[in-house]
Amino acid sequence: MATADDLKFQEFDDAANLLAANPDATTISIDEPVEIPKNQHSRLQEPGREEDDELLGTDDSDKTELLAGQKKSAPFWTFEYYQTFFDVDTYQVLDRIKGSVFPVPGKNFVRLYIRSNPDLYGPFWICATLVFTIAVSGNLSNFFIHLGKPTYHYVPEFRKVSIAATTIYAYAWLVPLALWGFLMWRNSKVMNIVSYSFLEIVCVYGYSLFIYIPTAMLWIIPQKVVRWVLMVFSLCLSGSVLVMTFWPAVRDDNRRIAVATVATILLLHALLAVGCLAYFFDAPELEISAPIIPAHNTTTKV
Amino acid sequence: FPGLADVSISQDIPVEGEITVPVGSHSPDDDYSTLDEPVKDTIMRDLKAVGKKFVHVMYPRKSSALLRDWDLWGPLVLCVSLALMLQGGSADSKDDGGPQFAEVFVIIWFGAVVITLNSKLLGGTISFFQSLCVLGYCVMPLTVAMLVCRLVLLAGAGTVSFIIRLIVVGAMFAWSTLASTAFLADSQPPNRKALVVYPIFLFYFVISWMILTFTPQ
Repeated sequence: MATADDLKFQEFDDAANLLAANPDATTISIDEPVEIPKNQHSRLQEPGREEDDELLGTDDSDKTELLAGQKKSAPFWTFEYYQTFFDVDTYQVLDRIKGSVFPVPGKNFVRLYIRSNPDLYGPFWICATLVFTIAVSGNLSNFFIHLGKPTYHYVPEFRKVSIAATTIYAYAWLVPLALWGFLMWRNSKVMNIVSYSFLEIVCVYGYSLFIYIPTAMLWIIPQKVVRWVLMVFSLCLSGSVLVMTFWPAVRDDNRRIAVATVATILLLHALLAVGCLAYFFDAPELEISAPIIPAHNTTTKV
Repeated sequence: FPGLADVSISQDIPVEGEITVPVGSHSPDDDYSTLDEPVKDTIMRDLKAVGKKFVHVMYPRKSSALLRDWDLWGPLVLCVSLALMLQGGSADSKDDGGPQFAEVFVIIWFGAVVITLNSKLLGGTISFFQSLCVLGYCVMPLTVAMLVCRLVLLAGAGTVSFIIRLIVVGAMFAWSTLASTAFLADSQPPNRKALVVYPIFLFYFVISWMILTFTPQ
């Protein structure tokens, strides 16, 4: 039914959304063949696969691939090539951050938010913010923990900034590289429906680290229980974003490999969080510290 | 030009005259004059330009002088003086002290370059060195804050001095960020302004943190 709204020019995102929501709709687009045959094919699939359409938006995978091919047409030695990675507006970045903090069960972060427009702005600046947040919060928390002691002299601990920077940037770039290589290798052996480009994986990892920024700020609170609760909470949120992104990509593979991959992703993520907490934040000391009994002194008196 | 469509020049009207392009003040004598002038004049001219830019940062108005005639002398002087003033901090072990001279230098210059690249990649129309110039000159309020902090720390290092330092550094941080945003924000596409302003905020926050946590031995 061609209502007035249908005749108006609509953003491509809306059209893809409508298509993902209603796979049986007839669509005609100028730059690719009519999609009716594809929709018929999707109807012939098993009912269990329908969740894939929701999760993956496979109906618009053609469009997204075409769009991806059209975007990066500048040669890689020109400045315009790198500008295509920063083609995001403020509201898009905020939406992606929101999507990483409030993961909707069943929705794939890449398909829903990135939509073949991966950006490098988010990963780079979220990592930079995280580096400085962890360094500053760690320094503050150490200051408050040791505040009352007479022998304590405050130090800015600036060396830890470079350590934090190395760790977080290595995690945010090398782990996606390894994961991308692994997925490419498995793709050559098993035909997967879903495959992600390297930049999309970097994007997911970068935005999934955002939840650690407020967590690091709250880690200033010198209570062990509070810190561990916060860690588990943020780990669940960002881990679920990663799992929901990568599970469809490995699901078709050998069951053991799929589970091992997802487990490794979660393990590395947890390792990063635990490592940061352990290294940058001193352990809050107990309120009641039992006096150390100098047992060995009695023996030396003899 | 629709009005000229029906203009035709008849054959019997002589078209003659002189076509002279007015030559700008670019006679050969002028070229030699800046080479022949005393060195004092050259240096004073550059110093005046630098000083004018400092005044522009102190009272940020929308003027294009800072952008048009960029120079990096001011940022260099500010960076070196800030790095020097941050020396002499507490360093029980080498690992826990404040930033070294090289670290301050690298943070300021590398940070400014990254922010400039970021704003250009997001579609900004400002040139590379103009942006470096603005970011460098807007470090000046923070250098003033560092000077004030060192003076306050000479008097004592208690809670009162910390509160004074906190207020001063906070005010200068806000001043720096607002000044550089006033100069740089216009050159950005309107729907990406926040994306460009946030890294500037982070940059000056890190410098302010280094200044605030400076503790003398």
